[in-house]
Amino acid sequence: MADRVLMKEKNMEDVTAKSRVGVVVVKILTYVFLIIMAVIVLFPFYWMINSSLKTLEEYRWSVPSFWPQTVMFKNYLEAFTTASLGRLFVNTMIVGVVSTILSLIITVLSAFAFARLEFKGKNILFAGLLATMMIPGELFTITNYGTVTTFGWINTYTVLIVPFLVSVFYIYLLRQNFLQIPNELYLAAKVDGTSDLKYLWTVMIPLSLPTLISITILKMMGAWNSYIWPRLVANDEAHRLITNGLRNAFTATTGDVNYPVQMAAVALVSFPLFLVYIFLRKYIMKGVSRSGIKG
Amino acid sequence: MVESKQQWKAWLYLSPAIVLLLIFTVWPIINTVRMAFLNGYSGLAAVGGESFSFGIDNFKKVIEYKRFITCLKNTCVLCFVTVPLSTILALLVSVALNSIKPFQKVLQTIFFLPYVTNSIAIGMVFAAMFNIVGSAFGTPNQIIVTAGIVNNVIEFFGGTAVNWINSGSTHLANMTVMIIYIVWNALPFKILILLGGMQSINKQYYDAARVDGSTRRRIFARITVPLLSPMIAYVVITGFIGGFKEYTSIVGIFGADMGPAGAKGSMNTMVGFIYDALSSNSQGRASAAALILFGIILIATLINLWVSKKRVHY
Repeated sequence: MADRVLMKEKNMEDVTAKSRVGVVVVKILTYVFLIIMAVIVLFPFYWMINSSLKTLEEYRWSVPSFWPQTVMFKNYLEAFTTASLGRLFVNTMIVGVVSTILSLIITVLSAFAFARLEFKGKNILFAGLLATMMIPGELFTITNYGTVTTFGWINTYTVLIVPFLVSVFYIYLLRQNFLQIPNELYLAAKVDGTSDLKYLWTVMIPLSLPTLISITILKMMGAWNSYIWPRLVANDEAHRLITNGLRNAFTATTGDVNYPVQMAAVALVSFPLFLVYIFLRKYIMKGVSRSGIKG
Repeated sequence: MVESKQQWKAWLYLSPAIVLLLIFTVWPIINTVRMAFLNGYSGLAAVGGESFSFGIDNFKKVIEYKRFITCLKNTCVLCFVTVPLSTILALLVSVALNSIKPFQKVLQTIFFLPYVTNSIAIGMVFAAMFNIVGSAFGTPNQIIVTAGIVNNVIEFFGGTAVNWINSGSTHLANMTVMIIYIVWNALPFKILILLGGMQSINKQYYDAARVDGSTRRRIFARITVPLLSPMIAYVVITGFIGGFKEYTSIVGIFGADMGPAGAKGSMNTMVGFIYDALSSNSQGRASAAALILFGIILIATLINLWVSKKRVHY
């Protein structure tokens, strides 16, 4: 510590007046660059909200206003009814919650088997699972579409939930987490006659809660943002999910569209994600930095 | 005794995962290869009792298909432009973020925000920003109502408005919009990884360099980049994998037609091609295209790994 302070002082002496000006200039340029980038990143969100609150007439002004003259909260009401967002919210929540719960159970049990139990072929099986992660999902979709048709699952909640319950990546992530918990705890619990499930519930799950929370959030966001599979297999009123419903309700993207209402709908779909981000940022970033996969 | 008890217990715990994986992961792998090598395989015809001969017709058909070439070209252009562009930008932002103290957390939060958005929904916002609102736009008696905010900005700086995504727009303009949107979308993940990597570099390297009187640029080139190279390799590889699978961001801007009005499918990609083939019940062709996509991704990943083996400093 003392060394470092000394080093800093020595540095200070070395710094001439000229390079001190240089340091300030670099600092200012750094901030200018970062602020410009931040504005570019934020602008679409601002424009979405700004447009969503305008009247259609004001939206068409040849010189746009940067804040609505008459604030039209009515657009949100109209967007909600035009896209029947209520129904879409309910569908997405059902699929999201059920698939998250089931997926967590399957992931915890599998990760436990791979982390704590000894059985023949464990390593080969685990390596095989990891190898499937390399294959693009589209390759599975072609056959799975046929499979779920044969099962008669088209246009049901089942088809949106079951095919994606197992995520090899989440099993891997949780197994790594479980491995960090000392094995002695498990053996001690065995001696006490604690059952596996009780041990899982009282020791392992609480200790790996952050990972489980990350998985939950990413899984819920996955349901919210999924588009390709739901459009393919459940494109009816009763089971349509939010992203697909949004795209369906507003098919026209260019030309003379009622943009304020469209942007209000987009905002309504985006707000829940923002809320989750604001409150659970830490878990999202941690989960994402390990996976690199969306949803 | 304990060992054998663990055996059946392990398989019991693994059973739900294994059953689901066999149905929805293992079987599709086998079946995709099977369908790809059955000439002209169609799920509908197979149910009708038709049999198919073994061969490579599906692959030949896919490659001869003009639409496929368009998709391949679009995918490659998007991939090879957006990955380097977003990586360099992310690197610059991360270096800048890492060098400041005040507001670092706030800015970091802002830069990650695009990640937690819905790519279809925000694609619609980008479409609105680039759109020209006009009645009968693209015809001789067009009436422009609003040039759109992007064109307003261009006009403000003295340029002329561009037809970005409306009817009659050029392929180049469409591509530019897609590239801007994809880069905007790809930045947060790359910044997260690169900044995380930079923050874990031991501060002593920098202190030593400063004592030696190294310049800023030299420190960046000789310390930051080499020590960060594993993370750079990681974001480039995942960027390429994601780039070859580009699809939903295009649906966000152009809608399910995958192109501006009057030029349907002109912005289609490899994944789009697979889904088109699937929805026209040509599973054989879809499978062949999926295997080609897998091959391309595999080759790109191997090349990336090979390059990074030479360049990456562990």
